[in-house]
Amino acid sequence: MKFLKSYTFRVLVQGIVTVWAVITFTFFLIRLMPGNPIQLKIDELMNRQGLTYEEALNQAATMFEFDPSRPLVEQYTDYMGRLLRGDLGKSITNQTPVAQQLLKYLPWTLFSVGLGLFISFAFGVAIGLAMAYWRGSWFDNLMTAIASIIYGIPDYVIALLIIMVLGVQLKVIPFGEMLGGSTQGVQPGFTLEYILDLLKHAILPVSTYVLSSIGGWMLTMKSSTISTLGEDYITVARARGLSERRLLTAYIGRNAMLPLVTRLAISIGFVVGGSAIIETLFLYPGLGRNLVLAIGARDYTTMQGIFLVIAVSVVVSNILADLLFGVLDPRVRLTKSRDA
Amino acid sequence: MSAADLPLQPSLPTRVRRTVRGYFKALTRNKAGFIGFLGIAFFVLLTTVGPEIIPYEGQPHFERMRPGARTLFAPPSAEHILGLDYKGRDILSHIVHGGRGLIITAIETGILTTLVAVALGAAAGLLGGMPDQIISSIGNFILTIPQFPLLLVLATILRFDDKLGLAVLLSVLNWPTLMRAVRAQVMSLKSRDYVEAAFALDLGLWHITTREVLPNMISYIVVNMIFTIRGAMYAIVGLMFLGIVPLAEPDWGMMIFVGRQQGALSGPDTMWMILAPVLAIALFQLSLVLFTRSLEEIFNPRLRQGM
Repeated sequence: MKFLKSYTFRVLVQGIVTVWAVITFTFFLIRLMPGNPIQLKIDELMNRQGLTYEEALNQAATMFEFDPSRPLVEQYTDYMGRLLRGDLGKSITNQTPVAQQLLKYLPWTLFSVGLGLFISFAFGVAIGLAMAYWRGSWFDNLMTAIASIIYGIPDYVIALLIIMVLGVQLKVIPFGEMLGGSTQGVQPGFTLEYILDLLKHAILPVSTYVLSSIGGWMLTMKSSTISTLGEDYITVARARGLSERRLLTAYIGRNAMLPLVTRLAISIGFVVGGSAIIETLFLYPGLGRNLVLAIGARDYTTMQGIFLVIAVSVVVSNILADLLFGVLDPRVRLTKSRDA
Repeated sequence: MSAADLPLQPSLPTRVRRTVRGYFKALTRNKAGFIGFLGIAFFVLLTTVGPEIIPYEGQPHFERMRPGARTLFAPPSAEHILGLDYKGRDILSHIVHGGRGLIITAIETGILTTLVAVALGAAAGLLGGMPDQIISSIGNFILTIPQFPLLLVLATILRFDDKLGLAVLLSVLNWPTLMRAVRAQVMSLKSRDYVEAAFALDLGLWHITTREVLPNMISYIVVNMIFTIRGAMYAIVGLMFLGIVPLAEPDWGMMIFVGRQQGALSGPDTMWMILAPVLAIALFQLSLVLFTRSLEEIFNPRLRQGM
């Protein structure tokens, strides 16, 4: 009984309810979209192979194992029933199991977005700390200006500018070779050649993610550090004669970073779905690009699967942020256990 | 204090002049903010006065094909300072004519979002109980779903021949952040003396919201509105970029979409069709972000006096 009242249980239930709500909401939303996959296929068959409408309908219906004329609620209970048994269904357009497809796309997005987020967070926090420490100096002014400028520019604009300035005008990067996820013909495997190839193709999306988010980290870290500097324990630590270096890393930096770590955890959930444009632009074979493709083809089951991944990652990252904050900040942990 | 103790009020023109001067000072004091203001003013002029001066070129101009060239694309020249697009049309004319719809839709989204968020936030905070719970849980739900993927699906459902529909849709996805802030502010103000006094005097929800609660957070609301406008522009251009919104010329987002399809990224001579709108969008968004610095000074009297 104690478990049922615990904080963990409450968070868990809330998470499951949220995921269910998102799945349900998107299930009906997706089926409200004009045009359905069968209709698209029928049009294609009639145009390409010159079939009559009846023939095309029959062929399309057998191909898809999906009947749009069935009542929506029945389709929904059917889908939820399968989902509970771990079956995400098959892709409507290419007949492969959706779970298999998700496992194929997800690593690309996790790798590129994760690397981008990690780099921008690490550098953003370090630079922001330095900005606050030497606030008012030329370094601070310069960095604040740079951060405000790149913070204000949309990510796809940054991506297009990289392509146009570095790739097209100056020709310093062979951007044609860097599109896609990997070069065709390079054998996937744990070889140096393949890993270098992967990195080469990840450079464009990763640097876009880094540039578009580092400004935000820098500015937040700076303001968080400045408010930490005024805390009593910093004055006390300084009075104890601790070295500036130790003060900066162990006392100021670590405490100022707290709110940012929470934001980092939350943003992990959001970037999984937020990379649609960048991946499309760079032809990167991740979740975002495939969501766009699935929407274009009205591939209901694939769309549904991607939304499931997005919902789960948002919920998990929120829980993670919560737990992480408790681990990092003992003050929060204390109040929580007192509540329980 | 009786009326006689009050200092004599200066005449109305003097007061107006002082207020205007005060605002102007607040506007110019923050250099970055003032640059942002100038940037916004530039784009407003460009898209309102510009179309009166520069005629729109909708038809292809095949006669502008340069000898030896395979496409009508052209880099900047004396006659066409931003170059020509894939149909040989003047890119400057598309920049001048293609910003208005985008900017207006973004501003509509900002205003609509702010109105809805303030109304719902005030209602949730002041009424409490059941209405609060309903509004808050809907808001939290919307905040949980990543907006852009959802927008991709929603955008195909609605017809966007009228851009107002797009603004409404974006507002539906955007109100919760500000609503939560307004609600929290209302909650914390509710127990303060002057608001309790207003309640006791039975001044009504409308009066309490507009007179007692909102002035306290006007700076936050205005800055939030600017960021909503920026986000709306990001989303609209993003949708166009993916070719999802039914697209109509002239429009900056459309230039990027069509330019990419027509191979504008293939060389330095052709890329101006994309570079021009990309720079316009980047500069407009940057101006918005910088302008918020000035807005904070204008609407926050403490900052105004403290400097």
